[in-house]
Amino acid sequence: MASTPTVADIGSDYNRRYGFHDPEEYFMRTPKGLSHEVVEAISLLKKEPEWMREFRHKALDVFLAKPMPTWGDTAMLSEIDFDEITYYVRATEKQETSWDEVPENVKRTFDRLGIPEAERKFLAGVSAQYESEVVYHSVKEELTKQGVIFLDMDSGLREHEDIVRRHFATVIPAADNKFSALNSAVWSGGSFIYVPKNTEVAIPLQAYFRINAERMGQFERTLIIADEGAKVHYIEGCTAPVYSTNSLHSAVVELIAMKGARIRYTTIQNWSNNIYNMVTKRAVAHEDAVVEWVDGNIGSKLTMKYPAVILKGERAHGEVLSIAFAGPGQHQDAGAKMTHLAPNTTSKITSKSISKGTGRSSYRGLVKVRKGAHGCKTSVQCDALLIGGAARTDTYPTMEIAEDQVRVEHEARVSKIGDEQLFYLRSRGIRDDQARLMIVNGFIEPFVKELPMEYAVELNRLIELEMEGSVG
Amino acid sequence: MNHDSNPVFSCAGVRIHIGEKEVVKGVDLTVQPGEIHAIMGPNGSGKSTLANGLMGHPAYAVEGTVTLAGEDVSSLPPDEKARRGMFLAFQYPVAVPGVTVASFLRAAVSAVRGADVPVREFRKELLERMADLEMDPAFAGRYLNDGFSGGEKKRVEILQLLMLKPRFALLDETDSGLDIDALKVVARGINTAASNDTGMVLVTHYQRLLNYVHPHVVHVFMDGRIVRTGGPELALELEERGYDWLEPAAAAGGV
Repeated sequence: MASTPTVADIGSDYNRRYGFHDPEEYFMRTPKGLSHEVVEAISLLKKEPEWMREFRHKALDVFLAKPMPTWGDTAMLSEIDFDEITYYVRATEKQETSWDEVPENVKRTFDRLGIPEAERKFLAGVSAQYESEVVYHSVKEELTKQGVIFLDMDSGLREHEDIVRRHFATVIPAADNKFSALNSAVWSGGSFIYVPKNTEVAIPLQAYFRINAERMGQFERTLIIADEGAKVHYIEGCTAPVYSTNSLHSAVVELIAMKGARIRYTTIQNWSNNIYNMVTKRAVAHEDAVVEWVDGNIGSKLTMKYPAVILKGERAHGEVLSIAFAGPGQHQDAGAKMTHLAPNTTSKITSKSISKGTGRSSYRGLVKVRKGAHGCKTSVQCDALLIGGAARTDTYPTMEIAEDQVRVEHEARVSKIGDEQLFYLRSRGIRDDQARLMIVNGFIEPFVKELPMEYAVELNRLIELEMEGSVG
Repeated sequence: MNHDSNPVFSCAGVRIHIGEKEVVKGVDLTVQPGEIHAIMGPNGSGKSTLANGLMGHPAYAVEGTVTLAGEDVSSLPPDEKARRGMFLAFQYPVAVPGVTVASFLRAAVSAVRGADVPVREFRKELLERMADLEMDPAFAGRYLNDGFSGGEKKRVEILQLLMLKPRFALLDETDSGLDIDALKVVARGINTAASNDTGMVLVTHYQRLLNYVHPHVVHVFMDGRIVRTGGPELALELEERGYDWLEPAAAAGGV
């Protein structure tokens, strides 16, 4: 990489090249590649407290020291070029991408899904942000009355430093894995939510509602705290394809459910097919708390994501319900982790995957029960549907049970769209392509029915698009 | 029933191979609108293969001519045959998890009628037909054949017959696995379809359905062929004497 300046070089001519001394005026984006100078620049620009600045630098050291994962799709992982990525782009900067550069197939999908113009540009990375101000205002008023904090993570840190400092990176330490370390070093954007005791947020909170939020980031960081007895549902992402020229998305999401609290976190991920999607999601559930991850992965080139719940308090319940759709050239490596630390905790994992063409999906799961955590129950169910002879699916379930008094259920099924099912539907006049779509939609129905109406409708339409041309 | 010049269904010289093996060895049938034929024969004689093959099961190679309401449909795929008014009630209906009986039937009815049926109108019709078959309305929301008992599956097949109103229906062992009450309900559905001018072929190896459904024509099917054709009295004779006495006819290649 002769053309890439060394770390020392970047530091020495920073002021001249990037107007670094006055970030507000001149700073636009960090140069490609990752270094302590880049991390310093990000932290300085955000005027962060000292502890966060140090946190970032330490995380960078961890990232640089940690090897790439030696499991998963190592061939695809090795294609990630960390030197070619821009780690921070100021949200208010006019994006480099123009509408003309957005690939035709992405535009076509926007058309077919009926996405409004302003939203399309946001999703395609052409405009800096998309805000639904009218909706936001009424939502915000209601939330403020309840004492609910809902901000982007940067504002959260500025305005509620005490809460953030107490909880930030306590569920997912920087050193958890290479990609959580990367996120910890360069994070920007994401959501910060705090729900006070015994408060129920009546509508699902969506990133769309946030005003002045940074654009759905490459390295977003989300922290949600539901205090005792509180209840909240957060929805991330959308069904429309999200296009970005930057090929790496690496988020960290931490959830904390205090005693008796309930958190549901719903994701519909549809990154365009050039994106490596490496996300670390983990929750802590205290006594009698319930955490549910509802996780849908449709897009990206490679996704590696295993939402986790640490069942820390007695009778806590954790649940992961996920679907993955791997079309040609895609690998969805998804799963779940449940760690039973306390007695009488329960967990349920339902994983559904569809692989089409040369698509590949993997379920990778871990259920751990600590010695002394008696009376636990856990059930794991994996269903895979294959479409076409070249599609592939694998399951890697791991159970580490150190306690005798537990009930463990595991079930894995692989099916193909069967000739008998097709013949049955076709003998009722239903055309071949419609019959296939019907079978696929039936397969994901248990997931879809957990989504809010508009998402469910959009997801079904999206699956319809993905299924086109899959006959034979 | 005097439509002899306009049969709703006929087939001629039908032979069906499964792999190398010839299972159906030349069958001719002619069915008039509203006419009920029974095809009776011992297990393994090829009756189900005949029914599935006529409908266009992709695993079977079918030779011969199949005519539906005067049109040659021999080479048409099963969904096209269904849209032209042909129906098969399955012996073992498969489950389609996640797809409700109601949404499946709405898609099927829309496909066969060639236009989307308004939800409200469809719902009314569906609930009426379900009531005819003494089915709990909650059934409409269950996933198609998923976890259904044998009797429930057969009722849902008959429900489809009544909703789709085909010109011609093949019913493959629709009477098997039913208790007497369910058998009466299913028989009532079949009689209703016949009174709507649907021509039908009932494939069975028991006589007991014929206590409630009165066929106009009875065929005895053995070793891939129709070996004898007669009126309702033939069914009774089979009940009394079994199939053995017909063996020589089967060996000789039919009557």
